[in-house]
Amino acid sequence: MRLQPDEEAMLDGREGPAVQQAMALLVQYGEALGAERMVDVKNVCGANIFTPAQKQLAGGGDPAALFSQWSLNSDRPLSIPPVRVYSCQLIGPMDREAWAVQGMRPEDAQAILASEAFSAQLGIQLMNTCTPYQVGNVPVKGEHCAWMESSAVVYINSVLGARSNVEGRESAAAAMLTGKVPYWGYHIPENRRATHLVWVDWDVESVMDWGLLGYWIGEVLEDEVPVIDNIRHVPNLVRLKHFGAAAASSGGTELYHIPGITAEARTVEEALQGAPPRRVWHYGARERRETWEHLNSTGRDPEVDLVMIGCPHASIEQIWEVCRLLNGRRVHENTELWIFTPRALRHLADRNGYTEILEKAGARLMSDTCPAIGQFLPKGTKVVAMDSAKQAHYLPAIMGVQGWFGSVADCVEAAVTGRWQGGLQ
Amino acid sequence: MREPIVLHGRKVVGGVTEGPALVTHQAISGWGGVNARTGTIIETRHELRGQSFAGRVLVFPGAKGSSGWSGVFHTARLAGTAPKAFIFNRMSTKMALGAVVTGVPAITDLDRDPLEVIETGDWVRVDADRGIVEVFKRDPEALPSEASHLS
Repeated sequence: MRLQPDEEAMLDGREGPAVQQAMALLVQYGEALGAERMVDVKNVCGANIFTPAQKQLAGGGDPAALFSQWSLNSDRPLSIPPVRVYSCQLIGPMDREAWAVQGMRPEDAQAILASEAFSAQLGIQLMNTCTPYQVGNVPVKGEHCAWMESSAVVYINSVLGARSNVEGRESAAAAMLTGKVPYWGYHIPENRRATHLVWVDWDVESVMDWGLLGYWIGEVLEDEVPVIDNIRHVPNLVRLKHFGAAAASSGGTELYHIPGITAEARTVEEALQGAPPRRVWHYGARERRETWEHLNSTGRDPEVDLVMIGCPHASIEQIWEVCRLLNGRRVHENTELWIFTPRALRHLADRNGYTEILEKAGARLMSDTCPAIGQFLPKGTKVVAMDSAKQAHYLPAIMGVQGWFGSVADCVEAAVTGRWQGGLQ
Repeated sequence: MREPIVLHGRKVVGGVTEGPALVTHQAISGWGGVNARTGTIIETRHELRGQSFAGRVLVFPGAKGSSGWSGVFHTARLAGTAPKAFIFNRMSTKMALGAVVTGVPAITDLDRDPLEVIETGDWVRVDADRGIVEVFKRDPEALPSEASHLS
């Protein structure tokens, strides 16, 4: 790679050993990619909160040693300087207030809080959500970013027109300390061209339908860039949050275009940058049905132990909707209803009275984590119902449970009756 | 031993190793698709579900899914369950960073599709520094126990 003088200085160790290790890692990573140079980034989102299990696997050590191993890929403990650019913590392993609900021991909770405090002291913003764009980190069109979290990257790339690849923990942490990442992939304008055209022959309107369309696109297109045509209703943040998260789970979609709606394409032709699509795909009733069946392939028993809402983390609108759907009813005695939202939105829910409504109904509003990331469920859970294609993709694999996928209304009904009655309308 | 089939490609991460191949035509999800403590594929509808890549040369189209890909393979390295090498077709940030932190030889951009040439159970020698993959085809009769449990 061709390095600039400031990058050479970091690589030579003139900014200390941690920055040197970060730059060396970025050079290795850039060479593995085949990148020719670095690009400056001033907006980074990563994941640097570590559990006691990770501490044990790293052979122990203080927070700096854990950061050195897990965040910078260094077996040698390094002294970690403050971050150089605006950096945010994504979703983590633990709700800092409701950790007992997760079945966590007090000493483990203390260790995770200490890890969090170490990040904060480096200057990392403790947003602790998979959706930083819901709580104030909203990149602008053309802004080079280095974000982890596949659902967030596809959102900022597509909806906002930011430029980020899907970074991993180590590259994001290295970017926090250097303000650099390899100039590769979606940082380069030509690579943002749509390669495939998807013709949508279905009236996609509901959140569930956006999830189904996203999950299907990821399955058939993997990490290609689609332009999606014949969308008849302008979606909102929640719909595109679920759509992108689904596509990034079943496949690896990091960027899509919807003409007239997303940031970089007014027309199909503009999305394709003048070239023909490599293939035209058709999404209709049959594809929708097959995708629904894939997402419900682990569901067998109708008795639901847990209903999970908030993957990616719920917006305040979604919390309000759950309160309205409950309509004064209580959650069934054999079922739990857990809703996950960013901590900053939790404060808004508290103020609006939604937290109280949910608690009176026997539901629980949580933050900072989710069952898939934190790997926790109510004791004895065998069957989980979800309104998120992403969570329905991951949770059965990670936790060995059965999963039902449906609309938020199906989910709230399951929470109230204890039985799954969802289906495809 | 029969003559190997030789493929040429580009070094992603250097090093020399050899081992039995584990081949899949489906992309691999790291976080949420792999149990790093055992090296086992856990993705619900994956063709390798229940099989472990530990100590084997993983031959696959590329990475997909969560940004936790590198973190999971980083964990596999520390847990001692990492593959011996990566041979793959599609470059991505997940794949590149994952290969770097796993610290095992990795090769891509091969002159023949490795998914067509290599089968599970073949013996594969990887010289990533020189960009060379040598494939020694498995003799089905010589390895009945290995073959019998492969689906």
